[in-house]
Formats: sequence, C-alpha cells, structure tokens
Amino acid sequence: MASTIRVRATATGDTTEVQALIQHPMDSGFVKDPQGQIIPPHFIQQLTFECNGKAVFVADWGTAVSKDPYVKFSFKGGNKGDDLKISWVDNKGASDTTTAKIS
Amino acid sequence: MKVRSAIPLVSVALALAVLALAAAPPASAADAIDPAADARAFQKFFTTKFPKLKLEDFVNGPYSLNEDMHRQWVEKEEFPPYEFSLDMGKEMFAQPFKNGKSYADCFPNGGIGIRQNYPYFDDKEGKVVTLELALNRCRQANGEAPFSYVKDEMAALTAYMAFTSRGKPFDIKIPNDPRALEAYETGKQYFYTRRGQLNFSCASCHVQNPGERIRAEILAPALGILNAMPIYRSEWGSMGTISRRFTTCNVQTRGVPLDPQSDEYRDLEYYLSYVSNGLPISGPGARP
Repeated sequence: MASTIRVRATATGDTTEVQALIQHPMDSGFVKDPQGQIIPPHFIQQLTFECNGKAVFVADWGTAVSKDPYVKFSFKGGNKGDDLKISWVDNKGASDTTTAKIS
Repeated sequence: MKVRSAIPLVSVALALAVLALAAAPPASAADAIDPAADARAFQKFFTTKFPKLKLEDFVNGPYSLNEDMHRQWVEKEEFPPYEFSLDMGKEMFAQPFKNGKSYADCFPNGGIGIRQNYPYFDDKEGKVVTLELALNRCRQANGEAPFSYVKDEMAALTAYMAFTSRGKPFDIKIPNDPRALEAYETGKQYFYTRRGQLNFSCASCHVQNPGERIRAEILAPALGILNAMPIYRSEWGSMGTISRRFTTCNVQTRGVPLDPQSDEYRDLEYYLSYVSNGLPISGPGARP
C-alpha cells in the first residue's frame, strides 16, 4: 500500500512552502452508515512536520477537519535537499510517516 | 442572445431536413441524421459563445471560463485531489484476476491510451459500449464480481485509463449502420428532452447557460464535458464516473435517474462524446 501522505515542499529564498495531502476518512462520529448505525469517530489527532529533526508545524486536529485533508503552509529556513518528515497519529492509534526532500 | 443563436441552428436543421426530404421523398427520417454536421454546429455554437477560448480549453470546464477560476485550476493541478484514486487505479489495473488474466487482456493495446475511442458502437450487440461497461464485462468474463458504476474502484480504473490517454483527441466513430445512427439520435433526444420536476433538459444548463452561476457553482459547457471524466468533485468529496455525473444530474433536476449504463445513458454518452470529437482527453479531472 502506498503511503497515505503526499507532500511537495519547495524552497524559494529563505522560505519553504509545503503542501500535503493526507488520505484519511476523518469520521466525525456523527454520521450514520446506510444501515443506520453510527460510524464511530476516526480522525487524525496530531499532525507533525519536522525539518531536519526540528518540528516546524504541529497541528492538534479534531473531528471538524474534512476527509482527505489538505495542508499548505510555509516556514522560514529549510534548504533544498533537506529532509522533511511528516507524521500523523489518529484516535485509534494508527499512524503513518513519510519523508520528503525539499526541492 | 441565446434565442437568437439558437435560430440559425434550428433553421440549418430544418433546411437539412427539407433537403433530405426533397432529395429522397420516400426515405425515413433517419436520413436527416447528420452527426458530422451536428458536431460542427455544436462546436461552432460554443466557440462563438466563448470567443476567447480555444477548442481544447473546453475540456477544463468551468475552470476555463474566467480568469479567477483559471488561477484556481492551475493551483489545483499542482496538487490534484484525484491523485490517490489514480494511484489506486494504476495498482488495480496491473493486478491480475484470480484466473491469471488481467484488464490488459480485455482491451486493445493492453488498455493503455485508448480512452479516446470509447464509447464505441458494437455491431454484434447492436448497442453502444462505454468504457465503464467494457470494464465490468471484462471482470465478469474473468469470473470477478462487477464494480459499482458510479465511484470508487470504477472511478479509479477509468481515471488510470484516461490518464494514459491524456492529450489524445476524442475519436468516436459512428459506423454506417442504421442502429448506430439511431443510438446517436436517441442520445441526442435524451440530451435535449426536458424532464424532472424542474423541467430541465441537459441542454438547459450545459448549452443554454454555461458560464452562468447556478447558486455558487459555474455551469460547465457541454462541449468537452466528458473529456475530463472521471472527476474528483469537491462537492462529492470523492471521485465520480460518467454514470455518476448522469445520475446526479437527473436527480438535481428532480427527475428519477435511470440505472447506470442503461441504454439511454449509453446513447447519451455516445452523442456527447461524438460532438466533442477532436478535443483532447484531460481526465481524470477536478471540479469544484
């Protein structure tokens, strides 16, 4: 199975722009399935971006974030070729991590 | 404006009908069907309505219609929301069935770069065969359960097949067979017939009013509308196939949708694809 995280990071001048797309159902716990049963909450609780081991973006998420979330931000520092590590942990304890190079 | 531009079309059609009748009085109405002229008139209508657009711009639907939308599209394409589905489709396509065969065995050229030839008229069956239908038939012929026509796996597979055909112009052929012409004509009828509580035809939105807003959305022109299929619609939050597009359109006009891949929908797809002949495949696409 391919990674659930897609990321693109580009450094221009002294800032790095990061875009990421994460595949996750992000169930809020308020929706019923076609049989009328509640779909239990299942969402990403923490999302972390680390550049060279230093956290540059940490998000504590809840149920209000949409399915397959998309994140875009930029930070100062970060050079071409640096490692950017992205990881998430959800409320069921599942997680995924991927590492991308800043281009 | 809209009425005025419709008049020449009607008069051309009338003139053609009259000509055909004059030339061969006892012949049936089938002789008046001239798909090539229809396609020319159809494309001319849209290029006249949107003089700034090149023909191939129409495949991006509402994203081509104004500057602001175009910027959104450029940004969206940098990081397209259909990526996950596309990867899934690629994986599924390569995965053999239980009997060892694969999708590639069912299609010409191993299924790569052939999206522009679908739908086609199958002279043995006497009906139109769409890509979605062919995929499910391929599965069933190999002892696999068919997929739902509207989303998920079917969307992923068609997304991959469209992706491998990107840039190739639609090349739908109507063989010289009365049944093929009839299928084309039925599709055309379906397209222009009003239905549902709101009394809308497909053409009410996609011929008369493309570029106008319907609530928060901008209506896409009918020309090139199938070139970008399947699409990731932000409104759906997922991918959808041509079948999904047709059924939801019918529901939105408060009509009762037909079954996906019913004869009428197949004919409709045949008609709509044919009049977009020459426009490049751009699927999978993303729409608001």
